[in-house]
Amino acid sequence: MTLNNLSDKPVGVIGAGSFGTVIANMLAQNRKVLLYARDPEQVARINKEQTNKGYTLHENVLAINDLAQLANECEVLFPIVPSQHFRAMMKKLAPYLHPYHMLIHGTKGFDITLPPGETIETMKTLDRKMVKTMSEVIKEESVAVRIGCLAGPNLSRELAQRQPAATVIASHFNEVIQTGKKLLKSDRFQVYENNDIVGVEIAGVLKNIIAIASGALSGLGFGDNAKGLLISRGAVEMVYLGRALGGDTKAFLGVAGIGDLVTTCNSPMSRNFTVGYRLAKGEKLDQIVADMQEVAEGINTVRIAKKCADHYKVRALITDRLYKVLFEGLTVEEALEFLMRYPLNMDIDFI
Amino acid sequence: MEILEEKKNKNRKYKPILDRIPDWPVYQLSKNRKEFIEEVTRKSVERIHELRPNYKQLIDDLQATAYREQNRIKRNRWRADPKDDAQFWSMVKNELVELSAKNPDEVQPKIDDLLERIVHRYASEIAGNFKPNSYRFAREVIKFWFARLLNGARVKKFGAFFRNQYSLRDKIHIVGKVKMIRKLAQKGTVVMVPTHFSNLDSILIGWVIHSIGLPAFIYGAGLNLFNIKIIAYFMNSLGAYKVDRRKKNLPYLETLKMYSNLAIQKGAHSLFFPGGTRSRSGMIEKQLKLGLLSTAIEAQRSLYNTEGEPRKIFVVPVTLNYHFVLEAPDLIEDYLHVKGQDRYFPEQDKYGSFQLIKFLIKFFGNRSNISVSIGPGLDVMGNYVDDEGNSLDNSGRIIDTREYFTSSGQLTVDRQREDEYTRMLSQRIVTEYHKINRVFASHLVSFIAFEMWVKKYHQLDLFSLLRLPEEDLEIDYEEFKVVFKRVRKQIFLLKEQGKINFASHLKGNSDVVITRGVDNVGVFHLNRPLLKNKRGNIITKDLSLLYYYHNRMVGYDLEQLI
Repeated sequence: MTLNNLSDKPVGVIGAGSFGTVIANMLAQNRKVLLYARDPEQVARINKEQTNKGYTLHENVLAINDLAQLANECEVLFPIVPSQHFRAMMKKLAPYLHPYHMLIHGTKGFDITLPPGETIETMKTLDRKMVKTMSEVIKEESVAVRIGCLAGPNLSRELAQRQPAATVIASHFNEVIQTGKKLLKSDRFQVYENNDIVGVEIAGVLKNIIAIASGALSGLGFGDNAKGLLISRGAVEMVYLGRALGGDTKAFLGVAGIGDLVTTCNSPMSRNFTVGYRLAKGEKLDQIVADMQEVAEGINTVRIAKKCADHYKVRALITDRLYKVLFEGLTVEEALEFLMRYPLNMDIDFI
Repeated sequence: MEILEEKKNKNRKYKPILDRIPDWPVYQLSKNRKEFIEEVTRKSVERIHELRPNYKQLIDDLQATAYREQNRIKRNRWRADPKDDAQFWSMVKNELVELSAKNPDEVQPKIDDLLERIVHRYASEIAGNFKPNSYRFAREVIKFWFARLLNGARVKKFGAFFRNQYSLRDKIHIVGKVKMIRKLAQKGTVVMVPTHFSNLDSILIGWVIHSIGLPAFIYGAGLNLFNIKIIAYFMNSLGAYKVDRRKKNLPYLETLKMYSNLAIQKGAHSLFFPGGTRSRSGMIEKQLKLGLLSTAIEAQRSLYNTEGEPRKIFVVPVTLNYHFVLEAPDLIEDYLHVKGQDRYFPEQDKYGSFQLIKFLIKFFGNRSNISVSIGPGLDVMGNYVDDEGNSLDNSGRIIDTREYFTSSGQLTVDRQREDEYTRMLSQRIVTEYHKINRVFASHLVSFIAFEMWVKKYHQLDLFSLLRLPEEDLEIDYEEFKVVFKRVRKQIFLLKEQGKINFASHLKGNSDVVITRGVDNVGVFHLNRPLLKNKRGNIITKDLSLLYYYHNRMVGYDLEQLI
């Protein structure tokens, strides 16, 4: 009954990066879509050229620059902005939000809030009071309660080509899942349901770590045995870390966990993969970051996950070595050597 | 043993907000008791049909209910149970057996009839019976005898028994948002949700409600309390309805929730202990029972569906703080028993009228004060409200609570959504409990002493620790004092951040405060949880009890400071 009423209202997408643009296009198959971008010039350009980030926009998509208008006209919003800007965006959006708003985000990253005077470099460890998932940020910053998230193997380019793919919508509220499903589902896009929202969010975030490692293996010129090893051990590490951070094991075995992990680890298109690949080729982190157009969430994730693992005393070998590679000058070869020699032989002990 | 006096109590007397008892919602409810029970019955039956849409499921549920009820009657019978319990349930069982042979068309009307009789029986069992005359009488009796006990025990002069130097007001500190709750009770309907540590809570909170000038609340009181005759009398006259925790069957739970839901909708200020039962461990409740709590949310949604200006419902968390809990030894024993062996145990109350009177004499004779913290008002979603009853978001913007129940501007009924809201509300209440919790010196010294032993014997698990011989347990006073100062400082800091509250006696010279704490903690137990020995060092005579009192301070991350 709700959904019929919804149909005359446009759906909002916040953030006109590549994933945001592709999602806006997918939503536009059924609805009018308002696509919010921070930069007024970009908004003007999108509306004039009907393209963004190399994708042609559906005619139902209108770019806007006004959060108040967005919140007034839409009851369902899809925030898809990088995790570093997410909280700031929510602070700006919050005054216009009402308890009936539905927010389904598609951001795979953590938010960190540190004690005054501290930086992420000076913090020895991080705990869950400082590290928040995006759904938690939404809840903290606004009155919105109908919160959901979108996660899964969703490479923008393939989605735009209408290749078969699937996603998970996770929420504590059935109405959010059903609405999201109705809005996104198509004959080329399957939508699964999950109610462990935090687990699904964390799975989506942690897989970025393994994606960097996978890029690094490729960069070293190794083949599929090595990749199989990495993905399976990576999945175990994600479960451990994820449980320490408040997720349930099941979420990690689904589309948002294994599904996303396998995709990202095999995809030279993914940003995180690229970071690892170029690291293994001997480039320095600053160079790589400077070259990239969009944020590779994985770099920050490694840093946060490593410090969380230290706080909760979880053994996370891959994350830990990767941290040393990224920030402490360890080479990829040295990290690999360490991992291959590590005397740990239990395959699976979490089920 | 010298016990230091609490700072002079500044509690003042409050005027009643509604003068005439006939104006009280609870009176209206009991005046129309019969009609109300009929309404509860009708709507509960509707709800049960909605939850069990086909008759097969419904019959299964009724069979399970009859089976469990007969089991209960056999195994765990209480004085408060109706006399014809056994008869009624064997009748239900027989009818169900007869029906199983018949064909569906015949069965359905019979099942409807049976369900209605069961629900009606439950509704009558649950319903309170508020009578203005016995309310007034009970109120005066409580005031009179409490005053006698207090003065007799405290003023050491001949004839002190008949003096009026002390009143209950000196014994019980009421702190927090008293003015606010008075205002909210005029603006809308208040649902008070206190922490639950002792059987005394029910009477105490009844007195508090009267004393801050609010009309009588309807109570959800455990049926086990009605086994004690004196309490049963007072509870009945104070407007209590009965919650029987032995009955976990669907018809009972739905009837109980409907009773609370409709009473709240009719504007009866309500009170229930959302922890469900007394905290066995002595910890502030972490998990609340969602059943009754959900009725506040459902009632609010129903009220938004009615014509005219909808009455708003306000949830007010309250914490009760004691130096001494009479039942502590049994509670903690239960807790350890369950935690240690994970075995079910039947609930037993060893306290009859006699023990209660004995306790009251002890309680009033000593200077162990009680404090009641009234929390700020929340809407049913756990948002803070202002004095006018407007819900506020984090930045102080006024929000419309109705919008939590709408989609596209329409009020919608979504039970899954409301279940989730209930869970969120319960988390908010727990957070609020921790904020308004008022730390006593006795809680703090118990916490520190126990944690120091935990640290010293860190290789032992809880149960091995509790088995340590008392000779091994002695803390050097100076060491204790250092830790005490450190933890107390953190509590002061937490208070500034609005995360906790403390009694005024916690301030000042730390030797004095420690002495006060040690002298007051569990002061009338046979074995004192905490004592000072001849050398002035801290010792214990009952580590389990100390664990109980220590638990009050769990949840503030203070362990790391030990």
